[in-house]
Amino acid sequence: MTDPRTPHDSPEERRILAPDSAVHPRREFLRSAALFTVTAGALGGGLELLTRRPGAGSAEAQGVPFTRPARPLGPYDTAEPITPYAQATTYNNFYEFGTDKSDPARMAATLRPRPWTVRIDGEVRKAQTVDMDTLQSWFPLEDRVYRMRCVEGWSMVMPWLGFPLASLIRRVEPTSKARYVQFTALLDPKQLPGQRQQVLEWPYVEGLRLDEALHPLAFMAVGLDGRVLPGQNGAPLRLAVPWKYGFKSIKSIVRITLTEKQPRTTWALAAPQEYGFYANVNPGVPHPRWSQATERRIGELGRRKTLPFNGYAEQVAGLYKGMDLRKFY
Amino acid sequence: MSRTPRRSGLSWLPPAILAGGLLPVAVLLLDAATGGLGANPIQRATLQTGLLTLTLLVLSLACTPLRLLTGWTWPARIRKTLGLLAFGYAVLHFLIYLFDHGFDLGLMTDDVVKRPFITAGFTALLLLLPLALTSTPRAVTRLGFQRWTRLHQLAYAAVSVGVLHYYWGVKKDHTPPLIYAGVIAALFLVRFLWRRPARRAARPVPRP
Repeated sequence: MTDPRTPHDSPEERRILAPDSAVHPRREFLRSAALFTVTAGALGGGLELLTRRPGAGSAEAQGVPFTRPARPLGPYDTAEPITPYAQATTYNNFYEFGTDKSDPARMAATLRPRPWTVRIDGEVRKAQTVDMDTLQSWFPLEDRVYRMRCVEGWSMVMPWLGFPLASLIRRVEPTSKARYVQFTALLDPKQLPGQRQQVLEWPYVEGLRLDEALHPLAFMAVGLDGRVLPGQNGAPLRLAVPWKYGFKSIKSIVRITLTEKQPRTTWALAAPQEYGFYANVNPGVPHPRWSQATERRIGELGRRKTLPFNGYAEQVAGLYKGMDLRKFY
Repeated sequence: MSRTPRRSGLSWLPPAILAGGLLPVAVLLLDAATGGLGANPIQRATLQTGLLTLTLLVLSLACTPLRLLTGWTWPARIRKTLGLLAFGYAVLHFLIYLFDHGFDLGLMTDDVVKRPFITAGFTALLLLLPLALTSTPRAVTRLGFQRWTRLHQLAYAAVSVGVLHYYWGVKKDHTPPLIYAGVIAALFLVRFLWRRPARRAARPVPRP
């Protein structure tokens, strides 16, 4: 047998002249495959870590539907499908728990809604500090199915349980000087850890004109879907003013003060060019960064047209007669 | 752009970057199918593709400073892949935005013209477009290396406008966009500092 190899083809020389892969193709392939996998995994994993925010709400919770109150629709109820419980309780803006929508549901266990007292003062004859359970027992609790429109362009349908704000205000007897109602939320970084960050001026403060507060639609919610209000939705006491953007509906209220002057409200202080005191839902007045003409109902993929006063124009438009709502946004 | 010599032993690297960079698309689709995107999936997908665009852009812009600081050559091999991935995510981000607006081009034009937040995002996308189109070796030859390099400096403008878009899009907590801005500023600084001594060093220095 003659050797067919060229002089350079001795194994010794091949090892010197050729790249490693020509000598050990299998070893080289495995090395490359391993490096490929590790690098791809590291980059992909890193990108996920930096950019992914898993939506809260377990598959199990997604199955829990709201039940529509077993009673005929009241004059202010909407017949639209109610937002599923899992979404209404996991997609929340409650900056006292964090700025991400999933933060409130995750952190709400730190809030202790009982014992809880509410201070009612200012221009009232019967200023007092009242225990939450007592306050709640003053009024018969009602169901209200309200639309809720967030200034960010999404909306929900919420089955609140509570009582009209007007009942509470009348009970404490406003003086003739009372023109506004100021609401103050709990200030306690232990219970509301998001308050350790100064993203907003704490405590959260909101307000209504007295005639708005006395409107039968203005509602104090203590429950959701016939159950106790979850922390992320503003336990134990929150406001629901459905014709205004959601941020007006202040959560976890500890103080209600009737005032002569218009309250300095949190978002109007934080970004006055974007958030006004009135904050009536108005498709004709865009947010500086997006149009308010449409909204996404949570649970739907498309968008729907936003209605003036969130569909409550018939009831509340009269409150703003003669006002330029482009100026008083 | 650097060429990849066959025998470098790094031929697995660019495909690995591509695969890793596309992994979030798979996760996004999986999340969408299982409800993992939460109550507002469109918004979540918009946010994530936007963040991926910025992150990949920053990574692509980090390649050169990294090479300058360390002397490694492998960052140069993956710069193009990272840049193209960033462009891909920018397009996806834009398509999701269009989907969200019912592919209504009138609404889009309105947004682009009236709202600085959208104007900035759209500008960043437009700035990335010529870079993606001239990412082939042929384009480098056709344009000439110097002109190609100058054109690709648009990436700095794109990433800056992109971060501005992010900053304006955030309602209150501006920490994340500011972190991006800081990283970008640091990368710019490295290039700037490196460039000046390098020019001096390029002059022939008489040896003692």
